[in-house]
Amino acid sequence: MSEVVVAHHDDHHDHGPDKGLARWLFTTNHKDIGTLYLWFSFTMFLIGGVMALIIRTELFQPGLQFIDPAFFNQMTTNHGLIMVFGAIMPAFVGLANWLVPMMVGAPDMALPRMNNLSFWILPFAFAMLISTLFMEGGGPNFGWTFYAPLSTTYAPDTVTYFIFGVHLMGASSIMGSINIIATILNMRAPGMTLMKMPLFVWTWLITAYLLLAVMPVLAGAVTMMLFDIHFGTSFFNAAGGGDPVMFQHIFWFFGHPEVYIMILPAFGIVSQIIPTFARKPLFGYDSMVYATASIAFLSFIVWAHHMFTVGMPLAGQLFFMYSTMLIAVPTGVKVFNWTATMWRGSMTFETPMLFAIAFVILFTIGGFSGLMLAITPVDYQYHDTYFVVAHFHYVLVPGALFSIIAAVYYWLPKWCGRMYDESLGKLHFWLSFIGVNVTFFPQHFSGLAGMPRRIPDYALQFADFNMVSSIGAFIFGFSQVFFLYVLIKTIRSGEPATDRVWEGAHGLEWTLPSPAPYHSFTTPPNVTDAEAHS
Amino acid sequence: MIKIWLKGLSGLGSVLVAGLAVADELNMRPGVTEISREVYDLHMLIFWICVAIGVVVFGVIFWSLIHHRKSAGHEAAQFHESTRLEIGWTLVPTLILIAMAYPATKTLVQMYDTGGEDMTVEVRGYQWKWQYKYLDEDLNSTFDFFSNLATPRDEISNRAAKGEHYLLEVDNALRIPTNRKVRFLLTSEDVIHAWWVPDFGIKRDAIPGILNELWAIVPEPGVYRGQCTELCGKDHGFMPVVVQAMPEAEYDAWYAEQVTAAEQRKEALSKTFTAEELMAEGEAVYNTFCASCHMPNGKGVPPVFPALDGSAIATGPLEDHLDIIINGKAGSAMQAFGKQLDAAQIAAVTHYERHAWSNNTGDMVQPRDVIAQMSSEQ
Amino acid sequence: MANSTDQSAYYIPHNSWYPFLIAAGALCMLAGLGNWLNDLKAGDEPSHLLFYIGSATLAVVLFFWFAKVIEENHAGLTNAQLKRSYVWGMGWFIFSEVMFFAAFFGALFYARALVLPWLGGEGAKGLTGEYLWPEFKPEWPVMTNPNPDVFQGPGESMAAPGLGSWGGYLPFWNTVVLLSSSVTVHFAHTAIKNQHRGKLLGWLGLTVLLGVAFLILQAEEYIHAYNELGLTLSSGIYGSTFFLLTGFHGFHVTLGTFILLIQLLRAFKGDFRPDDCFGFESASWYWHFVDVVWVCLFIFVYVM
Ligand code: HEA
Ligand code: HEA
Ligand code: HEC
Ligand code: CUA
Ligand SMILES: [Cu+2]
Repeated sequence: MSEVVVAHHDDHHDHGPDKGLARWLFTTNHKDIGTLYLWFSFTMFLIGGVMALIIRTELFQPGLQFIDPAFFNQMTTNHGLIMVFGAIMPAFVGLANWLVPMMVGAPDMALPRMNNLSFWILPFAFAMLISTLFMEGGGPNFGWTFYAPLSTTYAPDTVTYFIFGVHLMGASSIMGSINIIATILNMRAPGMTLMKMPLFVWTWLITAYLLLAVMPVLAGAVTMMLFDIHFGTSFFNAAGGGDPVMFQHIFWFFGHPEVYIMILPAFGIVSQIIPTFARKPLFGYDSMVYATASIAFLSFIVWAHHMFTVGMPLAGQLFFMYSTMLIAVPTGVKVFNWTATMWRGSMTFETPMLFAIAFVILFTIGGFSGLMLAITPVDYQYHDTYFVVAHFHYVLVPGALFSIIAAVYYWLPKWCGRMYDESLGKLHFWLSFIGVNVTFFPQHFSGLAGMPRRIPDYALQFADFNMVSSIGAFIFGFSQVFFLYVLIKTIRSGEPATDRVWEGAHGLEWTLPSPAPYHSFTTPPNVTDAEAHS
Repeated sequence: MIKIWLKGLSGLGSVLVAGLAVADELNMRPGVTEISREVYDLHMLIFWICVAIGVVVFGVIFWSLIHHRKSAGHEAAQFHESTRLEIGWTLVPTLILIAMAYPATKTLVQMYDTGGEDMTVEVRGYQWKWQYKYLDEDLNSTFDFFSNLATPRDEISNRAAKGEHYLLEVDNALRIPTNRKVRFLLTSEDVIHAWWVPDFGIKRDAIPGILNELWAIVPEPGVYRGQCTELCGKDHGFMPVVVQAMPEAEYDAWYAEQVTAAEQRKEALSKTFTAEELMAEGEAVYNTFCASCHMPNGKGVPPVFPALDGSAIATGPLEDHLDIIINGKAGSAMQAFGKQLDAAQIAAVTHYERHAWSNNTGDMVQPRDVIAQMSSEQ
Repeated sequence: MANSTDQSAYYIPHNSWYPFLIAAGALCMLAGLGNWLNDLKAGDEPSHLLFYIGSATLAVVLFFWFAKVIEENHAGLTNAQLKRSYVWGMGWFIFSEVMFFAAFFGALFYARALVLPWLGGEGAKGLTGEYLWPEFKPEWPVMTNPNPDVFQGPGESMAAPGLGSWGGYLPFWNTVVLLSSSVTVHFAHTAIKNQHRGKLLGWLGLTVLLGVAFLILQAEEYIHAYNELGLTLSSGIYGSTFFLLTGFHGFHVTLGTFILLIQLLRAFKGDFRPDDCFGFESASWYWHFVDVVWVCLFIFVYVM
């Protein structure tokens, strides 16, 4: 390949994709890599989803029927890990890969080879993680939060591979974030000032900073675990002057920003979609940007709201309660701005819009339960019950996941040049909408009635809610398989899409042909106000 | 389409509201203590505030979904900012939050009002049971006992009908008097557990090497049930918390009885038991303490939990057998039972393991053997 | 050479097999390390083959990758904008490293400021000490752990002696060595700016030597700690934080020295111009970062 060099100086933008497998293994193209991320994430989602269905099957009725408690814990743990690190996060990175260069008017990502590396680490890391399930002693069984000492002294031997898996995912996220930051800050077309960037780009910029700040801390946490397990240190062992709770502080210093890592890009997506279908500019662009930044800042100082029951001193409890409650303010600003964008618009309800509206409403419900959890004295009653499970599934499933689905419907025509079938899309939406509520709404009740989370069997008074929830899970799971069908049908035989695709769409990506050319903007476009965010 | 959606949502909404207002089992229990009632009120207050905000926000959204549709011929307005509005919807939620924070702070401060207790119990979590130690004024133990899940295995594996208190019943409940301030000191022997009695409105983690404090004044006698709420391994779902609050006089009588019984148990340590006695007591101990891992039939769950039936240790030299039971095996789930069981119990269970199933070493294990081994270690 | 407004020349590399192999190599290396550690823990004969295969793959492919980047730069494919991308990349990578160390410093501060008093019977959770660890005295460095049967305390600590005896205090000399190496690497940079190759080689060579000297002293310190002071990884929280902080720092110094060495070899071959020395610059930023971490270490781990 060394003859490349000078010869390609002028025409290196012209080369198209390689043929066959090599295209995917060795690609440096942001669209190919975006596609890889998205399919990887969908695969992980199905695997994590099957684990959820195993959980829900066992919980369909009281009593142990299908799996033993040890395996149940492995399912819960791996479901959480796979959904968070394997499904939601890579999906957002995939979207960033596809969209950020197109939105800022760049030819590709800033560091294309490293981009490929960020992706390919993931399948390897997850292969290692999932293979532990088949090893002696079983896979990780200590919850996705892996509290010490359950995850150290009392862990199965496979925890070592889990730790290295986390290291790998961290490296992938860090490189991915560096790439996104460099692309956004350095590759914008002339005229694309920061305050003209589409909100999806803004939210990802801020998310990338969150990732850079917290993934290394997670790496530090698992490194300390590794040393406690193999080298006799006592970070998380009071007998040697350490403290198990210290693990939780370090974990949640990562973990709380992590949950916003899973929602800020979602905010960005919804802020792109709603104006399009309301045919009205996004309301309060500036305050949306500031709100995102405030949420990111606050996310660093609220972590211990996951630890209200560990016995912190009163002053600590109060501080974390107040700071957590404050997050409702900038988040509210976002919800109000979306509402104001829809207000007096001229709305149509194509599938992406349906998912986006459902996002706004159901995410807000999840936010309300979050706020209830933030009230420390009441959290004593909610903590580690299904009320928490209901809370975070509301913000993650009809939140993060719905936004991803909306994004796929919204940009798919641009990606593959074909339009999805609108009535199939709507059907998918309604099935998902009903499924998700039937699954997770009753969990509020079982939680309030006192059902702890992470248990394979439960007392009789929780039986009805669990049965409903399990039925909902199967409806929801089935509708995502249906989604796969809709996707494949679109890619293979959808109607050709126009370049603009949506009547009300604004932004540079819509000025490109559908499907978008292999290299987005070989010459930087001139950013006119009309094609900026508003 | 929109109409169906609306119906669906309002249906959901009314389930929620009706659920919380009417049917008790859908909501948090108000509980029996002053604290738990305050917590309940706070919960309802925050809930209704959220409902109110939800009604306003969702109301506006639905209004525009219905009226500002393209198909209804609505033209899009082009306004896109208003500093006054932004300031307004920053300030109003902030004020609402302050209004929530005030009562929350008050309740929390009250919960942290430890001290002035009438009695103290140490609550210690083990994989997968609780130990309750009654402490005197100087925090020395007077007597203690373990509290294990009492639900029969047949019910769990669906071979028998499930009882009313399925999974929420124990062999020995923690007993406390009513109307006295009871202080609980929480800690753990192995991993983190959490001790929760919903009706008292209290939950706190039991952390190895760290001590947490809780308190409760229970006004009404009764049996109160909760569960371990921190993932603590395989049987996390099977370690209930049951507290029996007794009228004061009744409690005092029970307490005195326990103190005497504890003294009598000490005497038993010098006794010599018959093989039958050892087997009977041993089986009981085995089923409460060991069977969850090594299984009632002694087959274990290899490779995690070794079989004892035919095990080299359980059929080999008595010393090694006693050693692993007394000291456990560091870094494995096998705990040091020397701290949990007295010498008579250890002797019995060891004897039982050496003669149950296909094992038959033919020897006898007496409490003095155990005591001898324990003191030789020191 | 493209100038910064010439966006059309942003160099998009061809398909490349390096990243995929790096990912595969990293997997082999870590899976192999996992096998190794687990074998050790189980008392089996450790198997390191996979680890070596993975590490070798990483090393070889990284070599080719970097060689390629340098070659591309020489061929004039790297325009000013791409160089800015490299700068951003390196800068934020260093930021992530800062956060990695922050986790360990956080652990140190949390343990010292909160856990220690609690275990020693003081502060908001003092009952922990009174009831569970009545024997334990809160002092830093912790010489006797809460449960000395499980974690035997160190015989002696590495804490700094009085200012007067710093002359015989090895960490002090380590600080001197590392701080001067930051200065020498800066002089080397100036030499590039002034196009003075002789000085560049001299200062850069000296920097590498100082790096090596630091590592030798550090190794000496560890040997001393293990053999004479009885201070080990398993001496409780003091040993844990001490070795993890200094150990990961030492690991970074090793990396940094190695990177500087590569830059030295490149300088020998005539690389680096005043306006084009990103490889050198990023190595020197990394070096300064490692230096700053050491200063924090010296203050918080040794002195305070
Ligand atoms: C996408 C992920 C996501 C998001 C966005 C959030 C958002 C929030 N979360 Fe959530 N949370 C999780 C994911 C998320 N959470 C997860 C995964 C867990 C469990 C982890 C585990 O243990 O496994 C968890 C757990 C969790 C806990 C710990 C519970 C416990 O274990 O006891 C708490 C406690 O404070 C909490 C609070 C909040 C709050 C206050 C918000 C706020 O950001 C919400 C703000 C939004 C609104 C409030 C709605 C909109 C606002 C308005 C309309 C304005 C007006 C409103 C008012 C003034 C009330 N969350
Ligand atoms: C991040 C996102 C995310 C997502 C999208 C989900 C999705 C779902 N989750 Fe998950 N969940 C978490 C994150 C997430 N979860 C986390 C972090 C935890 C905490 C873990 C812990 O406690 O440590 C958790 C825990 C958790 C629990 C509690 C377990 C316990 O405490 O023991 C439950 C129980 O109902 C549950 C259910 C579900 C269900 C039914 C879905 C559904 O949405 C899933 C939908 C189903 C499918 C998508 C399956 C589709 C596939 C098929 C039908 C088969 C086809 C197969 C092939 C083609 C191969 N989840
Ligand atoms: C929480 C789970 C658990 C409980 C409860 C438990 N054990 Fe064990 N036991 C183990 C494990 C794990 C091992 C294997 C330890 C090792 O060698 O790594 C073990 C090993 C043993 C062995 C040695 C068996 C062999 O062949 O290696 C004996 C004997 C034993 N246990 C007796 C008991 C007795 C008696 C009790 C109850 C008083 C008990 N165990 C309760 C988990 C448990
Ligand atoms: Cu003990 Cu969960
Ligand atoms: Cu949080």
